[in-house]
Amino acid sequence: MRDRLIVAGQFLFTALVAAFLIVPAILSMLAGITVNYFRGIASGFTLQWVIQVWDLYSETIARSFLVAGAALLATLVIGVPAAYALIVRGGRLSRAVEEIITLPLAIPGLAIALALLLVYGGFSDFRRSWLFILAGHVIFTLPFMVRAVMAVLATIDVKTLDEGAASLGAGPWRRFRDVIVPNARPGILAGALSVVTLSLGEFNLTWMLHTPLTKTLPVGLADSYASMRLEVASAYTLVFFVMIIPLLVAMQLFADISSGSRSQA
Amino acid sequence: MPAFVSNSARLHLSRAGFARIALLPLALVATALFLLPMAKLVLVGATGDMGLAAYAAILLEPRYRASLISTVGLAAATTIAALAIATIAGLFLQRHRFPGRAVLIAMLTFPLAFPGVVVGFMIILLAGRQGLIGDLASRLTGEKIVFAYSIQGLFLGYLYFSIPRVILTIMAAVEKLDPALEEAARTLGAGPWAVHRDVIFPALGPAFVASGAIAFATAMGAFGTAFTLATNIDVLPMVIYTEFTLSANITMAAALSVGLGLVAWASLAFARSLSGGTVAAAG
Amino acid sequence: MSEGRGVALRVEACAKTFPNGARALEAVTLDVDHGETVVLLGPSGCGKTTLLRIIAGLEAPDAGGRVLFNDADVTDVPIEKRNVGMVFQSYALFPNMSVAENIGYGLKIRGISRKERGERIAELTELTGIGGMEQRRIDQLSGGQRQRVALARAVAIHPSVLLLDEPLTALDAALRERLRGELDRLLRTLGITTIYVTHDQAEAMALGDRIVVMRNGAIAQIGSPRSVYFEPNSRFVAEFIGAANILQATVKDGYAVLPGGRMRMPKGTFAGPVTAMLRPEAIAIIQAEGTDLCGSVESVSFTGGRQRLIVTGAADRPIVVDAPNSLRVETGQRVGLSIESSAVRLLPEDRQ
Repeated sequence: MRDRLIVAGQFLFTALVAAFLIVPAILSMLAGITVNYFRGIASGFTLQWVIQVWDLYSETIARSFLVAGAALLATLVIGVPAAYALIVRGGRLSRAVEEIITLPLAIPGLAIALALLLVYGGFSDFRRSWLFILAGHVIFTLPFMVRAVMAVLATIDVKTLDEGAASLGAGPWRRFRDVIVPNARPGILAGALSVVTLSLGEFNLTWMLHTPLTKTLPVGLADSYASMRLEVASAYTLVFFVMIIPLLVAMQLFADISSGSRSQA
Repeated sequence: MPAFVSNSARLHLSRAGFARIALLPLALVATALFLLPMAKLVLVGATGDMGLAAYAAILLEPRYRASLISTVGLAAATTIAALAIATIAGLFLQRHRFPGRAVLIAMLTFPLAFPGVVVGFMIILLAGRQGLIGDLASRLTGEKIVFAYSIQGLFLGYLYFSIPRVILTIMAAVEKLDPALEEAARTLGAGPWAVHRDVIFPALGPAFVASGAIAFATAMGAFGTAFTLATNIDVLPMVIYTEFTLSANITMAAALSVGLGLVAWASLAFARSLSGGTVAAAG
Repeated sequence: MSEGRGVALRVEACAKTFPNGARALEAVTLDVDHGETVVLLGPSGCGKTTLLRIIAGLEAPDAGGRVLFNDADVTDVPIEKRNVGMVFQSYALFPNMSVAENIGYGLKIRGISRKERGERIAELTELTGIGGMEQRRIDQLSGGQRQRVALARAVAIHPSVLLLDEPLTALDAALRERLRGELDRLLRTLGITTIYVTHDQAEAMALGDRIVVMRNGAIAQIGSPRSVYFEPNSRFVAEFIGAANILQATVKDGYAVLPGGRMRMPKGTFAGPVTAMLRPEAIAIIQAEGTDLCGSVESVSFTGGRQRLIVTGAADRPIVVDAPNSLRVETGQRVGLSIESSAVRLLPEDRQ
């Protein structure tokens, strides 16, 4: 009997923690479509806040997608060949390079943004364009792409496959195209999902780097939390959730599939 | 019969050459967008009016020291609380199967990608002036409780983004526990609490340290949450921000950033040395 | 079906020191004839795989080393251009391609038309016994099937040299023995110059025209399987190839003086201390009375087709004897040992 109580207690505790995490999210989603949050659901549902958000922030949201897409492209072009080269070379240099590109994850976004401003703040054209934001995002998301691809390449003994293709006469570019990239696909996809999700949600870096003309969605969120009424801020948050949660689910599913495990119900 | 290529002209790249080309974009981007700026940051921190003393000011100047202490304290408290909560919940979830378990796990891990600003907003919804808790409290006791904008609110916010991070690692570690060890302890007469204290928690030790270090580093560098909650508690990232944007004290901002970066990097390096893998903070 | 004979291969003074300072190979010189199968045999770390990779073009030899195919210097030619067929220990089959695509990959690189490729693939799947599996994915194949695909892929391009890096090591023992016979037949049919690396001496003797025994980065002995087996030039080779009894004794008047009596030495053996090798099957068990060399049986190990006896007291250490299974012998029994003087092999002092 005591055991049952303990288990029940643990369940309650866990449910409470889960509630702590999810209830405000649900609240915000509801508030975004409620006429008046103060009066609650009784005041009725409406899309006016969502429409208002769209009016105010559609350009910002579009820019977020632009930056995320560009970051994805950049990390693919830069990261995939680099991951291959690092795995194939091995050795101390590879480990050092891996260390260096992973450093941006250890350093707070604020610091990185400050550093970028100090070096490139003077190039006003660059500094005022969305490319400046992109630069920060690329540095931050690149390690995720590189590591995801390296992880997959490591499990398939890419070095021997490479040698096998070389023994059959294929030059380096041919090998990269025919053998390396197709077999790295799960890693590339996982990396791509990570890059897009992280870029869409990035705030610390972007807040320091942005100008009124180069805002992204999270920056807009901060604005709305500070200056807009609760319903509008909630509607904006709702839009963010709608964008990001499918991506998160896809990432989780992908992790399950590629690791061969299935979460048990 | 295949013809042999003469040893004169090398017709195409050897693998080493290709690897070098493949790494070139990475090298360029990493240098231009990271190494160079970081170096500049360290330099700027050291070349202001105060020179190298700017770095010492982190510890000597009362305002900065207070900020450092409150940030470290908050991060440490968050880490310990998150670990405790994640352990209880993680042990429970990993060892019991029931309908809705997957949903519960999803609920506990989905805030993983939320930016700090959103987390701040969540706390406002819970404990702000129009917050849920305040509402419930006023209905029950007639007194509205608002604590989103105080240290408790900040703590709750930090907990909000720390729990999902930590719980995944803990659950993975619980899965790897060897049940035979617990069974052996029980045959020797250990009750449930003793089994936890003497077998389970020590075995989870490495996971505690690894995920704890990540949580600590993330909490140290968290900016968005404090920004949204706009408390009068000055965590280090906020101080850096105000020094740069409001006081235009670039030197100090740079020095503080470098200090913050070092602390975060050191705790992650510590975690990595124990777990043997690469780990990352984010947020 | 003859595939052509491949090239004559020469490895000249090839040594290899790795960047971390490890010396994997001392300067080695080796000549391989057209169509010959040479086995590189030795314990792990002896340099056999390094030598194979130098021949393949995956590693470059230290300065002064050369690799020649039919007298043409290919030392600077990268592997993509050397036209070698290589079978890797882990097979290195491409998971993103089917069996047919794997086998045809080298041909595709060389621009062979799809129709011709298809014909060649069919030829090879038939030859290696995997006909009908062309469309399967690699992860659907068993270990033995993968090995055959790897071989077919390496042979498809009409290589000048066929290089096999421990191709049977990844398989379980029963499969390994079965495939060994098939591999032997296949190599004979193909007739390509072949270099085969293994640590398994039974495999080496079954497959090789000549065996190169390697140790610590250098060649210990080169010879046909028979010559390496019956006439090892060192203690190491004697013990690595098959089982060996190594005895220390003093020779006097043409006989080695042993604790259990005396043993006739080959003609012309000088007097003095010697190290001698005896193969277990070269010793016959006879009655003890009136025999020059006697000992007592310490243990009998009946393995079905043969019996392994350990005899003590005859020499300075226990002697292993390989006896027919019909022999009735008991532990503790006193027996005589009959040894042909021609079966005794003298070994130099081994600087272990």
